[in-house]
Amino acid sequence: MMELICPAGTPAALKSAIDAGADAIYCGFNDETNARNFPGLNFSRDELRKGIALAHDRGAKILVAINTFPRASAVDIWHRAVDDAVNAGADALILADIGLMDYTARRHPSQRLHVSVQAAAANPDAIAFYAENFGARRVVLPRVLSVPEIAEITRESACETEVFVFGGLCVMAEGRCSLSSYATGKSPNMQGVCSPPSHVTYEQTAEGTKSSLGGFTINRFGVSEPAGYPTLCKGRFSTAQGAGYIFEDPVSLDATTLLRGLRDAGVTALKIEGRQRGRAYVESVVRHFRHALAALESGSEADIASLKPFTEGQASTLGAYRKTWR
Amino acid sequence: MNDPSAVSPGPLPTIPPLVALAMRPLPLLPLQLVLGGVLQRIHRRNPAIFDRLGAHARARFGIKPIDLPFAFVVEAKPPRVSVVRELTPGLDARISASLANLLALLEGRVDGDALMFSRELVIEGDVEAVLALRNTIDDAQLDLATELSSLFGPLGAPARRAFEAARGHVIGSSGQGEQSR
Repeated sequence: MMELICPAGTPAALKSAIDAGADAIYCGFNDETNARNFPGLNFSRDELRKGIALAHDRGAKILVAINTFPRASAVDIWHRAVDDAVNAGADALILADIGLMDYTARRHPSQRLHVSVQAAAANPDAIAFYAENFGARRVVLPRVLSVPEIAEITRESACETEVFVFGGLCVMAEGRCSLSSYATGKSPNMQGVCSPPSHVTYEQTAEGTKSSLGGFTINRFGVSEPAGYPTLCKGRFSTAQGAGYIFEDPVSLDATTLLRGLRDAGVTALKIEGRQRGRAYVESVVRHFRHALAALESGSEADIASLKPFTEGQASTLGAYRKTWR
Repeated sequence: MNDPSAVSPGPLPTIPPLVALAMRPLPLLPLQLVLGGVLQRIHRRNPAIFDRLGAHARARFGIKPIDLPFAFVVEAKPPRVSVVRELTPGLDARISASLANLLALLEGRVDGDALMFSRELVIEGDVEAVLALRNTIDDAQLDLATELSSLFGPLGAPARRAFEAARGHVIGSSGQGEQSR
């Protein structure tokens, strides 16, 4: 059966993920070394040690995301994160930067490495580079590939592949997008926060809600119109042809109906996005996919509730998995 | 620690307008004393509970149940709750939702982002402080029935059963998680 990899932004969410049936939980330290560096989120060193002990006690694994790119003047922060995660007993580290992978492979040669989606490794040659040079065992594929492309990459790669099945849908070359940096001066790739909340404002008007990022208007939602995150890639732009979404609508990925195809493609693990989400999201989404996977294994019809209430914009998409564009 | 079952982030019941109208003349001080006592008790039992607020520990949050004729001003450091008729300017952030959604958020039974997406939760002001508060509360695993009944001394057990029944009535007991089993 494919592994279910679940998010946790807090120790309580980690426990919820285990209770709901996660095979592995990914999480990060409460600093700029991971790509969900939001206020009040993530783990202290002590919380990570306790989380790993709890997970191992319950038969689950902990994958530690250290998936931002070290700043030239502060590489030590990232090295320390790697050392501390290894010493805490992490089952794998999820890394994006080749310098950090090199450090980890040399300093901790027996530590299992996964290539983060932030590395944007989207072809067999790139994946082979990580496997041959740093011993990477798994690659998290970017959310821009179709299922046949995933099957082809998996067939040609020595690495295991992990793909996203639910949550926020980044349609950019991940780890290389500078839209948020342009608007805020803070980098998602180096400081770990896309659309930092310190730069987000919501303004209530008679017509609804206006969301802005760094002074740029992202969207205006009518009073009862479903809303999305204040990210530039999902902004509604006014052009000579009218107003609309150019890069992507505010929707969430939901690949529940594609699990059979992903299994047949040889995918090892399914990832749920959302370390920034609450326990209620983690519990419900993890349980949903645990039941969907059980139904897939038994060949029965999955009787599971819709995840629509949890989706951005109250809408879901199959994203690039079923491409109707290019 | 509460039952972790999530409730559906879909619409929860709201207080009927007539009931809210009847509550309008009620004095606010008794409610403020009870809520202040609960907050102090939570903080005494877990002094690190607000650590996740970080730089926002001294922020003043205005909480407005949209179906009640009063609102709350909450501070973490020192822990303090004020009950007011209207939220005044000068707060760091304002959070508005139905009472049921606010209670469900407090217990981690609904997802804050999902409520934002469905427009059932409105935030204004310092978004960073609100996120820190949301994550702090979500990690705290609060059980309001237990916290409130702890004020009742020897009558704690029947009080807890009464509060649990009231919670079931306000935010329901069936959840998204249970539906998907």
